[in-house]
Amino acid sequence: MRLLNRSAGRLSRHRRGPLAGVVLLLLGLVLTGSLYAAFAPAQATSAESDIEQVEKGRELFLVGCAFCHGQNGEGILTQRGDTQLGPPLAGVGAAAVDFQVGTGRMPMAQPGQQAPDKAPVYSQDEIDALGAFVASLGPGPAVPDEEEYSIEGLSADEREEAIVRGGQIFLTNCTACHNFNGGGGAMPRGGYAPSLHDTDPKYIYEALLTGPQQMPNFSNGNLPPEEKRDVIAYLESLRETPEYGGFGLGGLGPVSEGLFAWLVGIGGLVGFAVWIAAHSTRSTKKKGQAA
Amino acid sequence: MTDARDHESHENDPHAGGSSENLPDSPAGSAGAVPESAEPIADPGLPAHEWRPTDVDERQEKRAERQVAGMFGLSAICVLLFLISYFTFDIGDNHSTFAGFGASTVTLGTTFGLALLFIGIGIIQWARKLMGDHEISEMRHPARSSDEDREATLAALNAGLEESGIGRRPLVRNSLLGAVGLLGLPAVVLLRDLGPLPGDVYDDEDYPGAGLERTVWTKGMRVVRDVVGTPIRAADLEIGDLVNAVPEAFYEVDEEGEHLIEGIELQIAKSKAAVIVVRMEPDEIIPGEGRDNWAVDGVLCYSKICTHVGCPISLYERTTHHVLCPCHQSTFDLADSARVVFGPAARALPQLPLAVDDEGYLVAQSDFTEPVGPSYWERG
Repeated sequence: MRLLNRSAGRLSRHRRGPLAGVVLLLLGLVLTGSLYAAFAPAQATSAESDIEQVEKGRELFLVGCAFCHGQNGEGILTQRGDTQLGPPLAGVGAAAVDFQVGTGRMPMAQPGQQAPDKAPVYSQDEIDALGAFVASLGPGPAVPDEEEYSIEGLSADEREEAIVRGGQIFLTNCTACHNFNGGGGAMPRGGYAPSLHDTDPKYIYEALLTGPQQMPNFSNGNLPPEEKRDVIAYLESLRETPEYGGFGLGGLGPVSEGLFAWLVGIGGLVGFAVWIAAHSTRSTKKKGQAA
Repeated sequence: MTDARDHESHENDPHAGGSSENLPDSPAGSAGAVPESAEPIADPGLPAHEWRPTDVDERQEKRAERQVAGMFGLSAICVLLFLISYFTFDIGDNHSTFAGFGASTVTLGTTFGLALLFIGIGIIQWARKLMGDHEISEMRHPARSSDEDREATLAALNAGLEESGIGRRPLVRNSLLGAVGLLGLPAVVLLRDLGPLPGDVYDDEDYPGAGLERTVWTKGMRVVRDVVGTPIRAADLEIGDLVNAVPEAFYEVDEEGEHLIEGIELQIAKSKAAVIVVRMEPDEIIPGEGRDNWAVDGVLCYSKICTHVGCPISLYERTTHHVLCPCHQSTFDLADSARVVFGPAARALPQLPLAVDDEGYLVAQSDFTEPVGPSYWERG
């Protein structure tokens, strides 16, 4: 307090100094500028029309996506004509774009059985623009709002209920591929179902909605939005649940557990057997001769 | 077999004395009862015994002693820690955790395991460093018993046969054989009673869909989502959708809110009636013979029970329309009447003929037209 008083006193001494007016003017300008910067862009983006966003998306699409998906997202067949280089995108919706590009699965680094997730190439603004363009090709699912997949607004009891129901739905519909704890698993011909342990809830929702790659979709007519939310609530509760039984080895079942038993368990036993049966150190001294 | 024949020490005096009297008198050349003339090369005997450092150096001995005692002490500490963690860490609703693991489980397991391990390590170290350091050589012997032993055994056997008179008294022998043979019957009867014969199940059990050849599905029964029990509107499904579904009968309740099918009957019924519903492009479907009207606008319904050994399967790839059984990799092509495209399954998944009711919900046209699940003897 004393320090404040003292510095205020010092400032006050200069209030009639020759530079005071300039400093005050500069301060006013900076304040105005930063206030403008804080509020103005929001108005600017909301003012950016959908048409502009679609146009921006189209330009990005022509550069980054059209090679496989065609200039109008119509899809391109491989030369043999029996498989798609890139599937047609009419009707996949902005949700599919947000998922595929947002998780880095698209653009694909190389063709293959599976597009792996990697660091995203586009910024969220660019992804939104791409999504707006693809959504303009045909009606499809939109990017979900956060309240659609969040259980924040629910009471404790409702949350508990949502997690339990989500768990039952998950165990019935998802465990076949994603493992009972969401750890993922192997799929035919070198594909795999990815782990859901670190997946953003938005992307889980979008994947359910759009069915990326081999995954069947769980459209709103199949799995209503609140049941999707419950599944996500269950998966998030799994992340917070400690492994009560000790180290789960990825929850992969007999593969990882068997590997651990063979390598560490039996390896340890072999090590002990070798130690037990090994020749012990011998001395050249005779008994009673030691110093 | 006696000890004298089994073990022959290279030492002249027996080992009955304490460990301090183990000094070999004249180790080299004195070993073995084999006369030297019998060997083409003279038996060099065993090399002189080399003592362990702990045998000749008192400081080393004390050190090893402390090591062993230390191991036993560590084991005791682990047991104490076990008891402390048992009473300290909560389990159940208010579970204590440690580094993301259940504290109780991890500490109990670790401390008890280490307690046993330290005792084991201590004993082995004790044996290796401190216990008696005898060298024992064991001579090889033929595995065949001696002629005297063989003759004596045969004589005893023959005497027994002779005295029991089993050859002379066929009545006793045959009645004994009959009695022992009949002892197998109780086992047969008990095993037979484990369950009804497949043909009898319709008469013996009176729950819906009893028997190997029938399920709960009937004409007009709605297909509902598993777990939540809500009916499925055909028009709401999109291309690529997969629904794990069950018959509506599992969610029907009487006036008092009691489920009509419950308990073990529900388990049996569900193990046969569970289905998967998928929707694909109608022109991608190759309709099976007589199955032209079994799909509703690209919506198909198949048994969820693998025809190999009956695992429930829903590992579905929308791009190939293949469903894969994780148990033995049987793969079925749902676009082609669930034909087996890979794996040990011998039959296609049975298809449930679908229709739509007045309100637009999916219903079954009938029960499955063939038994679901694995093959069995009567099916051939």
